[in-house]
Amino acid sequence: MKWLLVAVMVTATVLADLLQSHEMKQAGEQSVSAGGFARLLQTIARRRLLFLGVACNAVSFFTFMALVQSEPLSFAVPASASSFVLETVLAKFVLHEHIGARRTAGALAVLAGVVLVGG
Amino acid sequence: MRRSGALKTWAVLLFFLTLKAAGNSWMAWGMKQVPERMSLDPSLYLHAMLNPFVALGIIALILSLLTRMALLSLADLSFVLPVTAIGYVVAVVIGKVWLHEAVSSQRWLGALLIFGGALLVGSTSRNTTTKADSE
Repeated sequence: MKWLLVAVMVTATVLADLLQSHEMKQAGEQSVSAGGFARLLQTIARRRLLFLGVACNAVSFFTFMALVQSEPLSFAVPASASSFVLETVLAKFVLHEHIGARRTAGALAVLAGVVLVGG
Repeated sequence: MRRSGALKTWAVLLFFLTLKAAGNSWMAWGMKQVPERMSLDPSLYLHAMLNPFVALGIIALILSLLTRMALLSLADLSFVLPVTAIGYVVAVVIGKVWLHEAVSSQRWLGALLIFGGALLVGSTSRNTTTKADSE
């Protein structure tokens, strides 16, 4: 059961971030003022894929809650960090981001750190 | 133009980290005051939201989600993921300084690795898919 929860959580997280990243780049630069938040909410309501991304966020959040109810946090946090690797690889091949040596090294250091902090 | 864009990205990142840390802290503080244990019953969650700290925490976390989306409009996903992990470092420091939690050397090493990795990623071009901002 715990691996099923991990699989659902990681899939939902990856989908949420890929959809949001793609859609937000399409929507253009946003601001974080009160007006900016209102415009962002309108953008979410208008763009179906962005709305789907937010829904995936909710699935990921509640799956994480379910996971930490039955498993220790020291398992849940490093397990959730596996989405980090998958997302970075997919950012290169799906979103066509340029991921050079420096960014790869930094991402690997952060991944190792997250596993140590959660472990 | 490019410099102001980078400044805006770091300002939005700082705002996101502040909202996330405040939201998590208020939520954790409020949930400790709620007597019922959470289960699948949705009425328990609705009752928990009546606690002002839980309500504040939820508002801050919703705003942090919107702020992260704004950040994704300014920077690559592969940039945002590592730099927002600084939130883990903030959580360790808050736990040590304000909540007086015991933090193991393994956790400090993890926090150091996250901080170093985020600095390394932060030194790369924030947006490689929009021509004006790419390297």
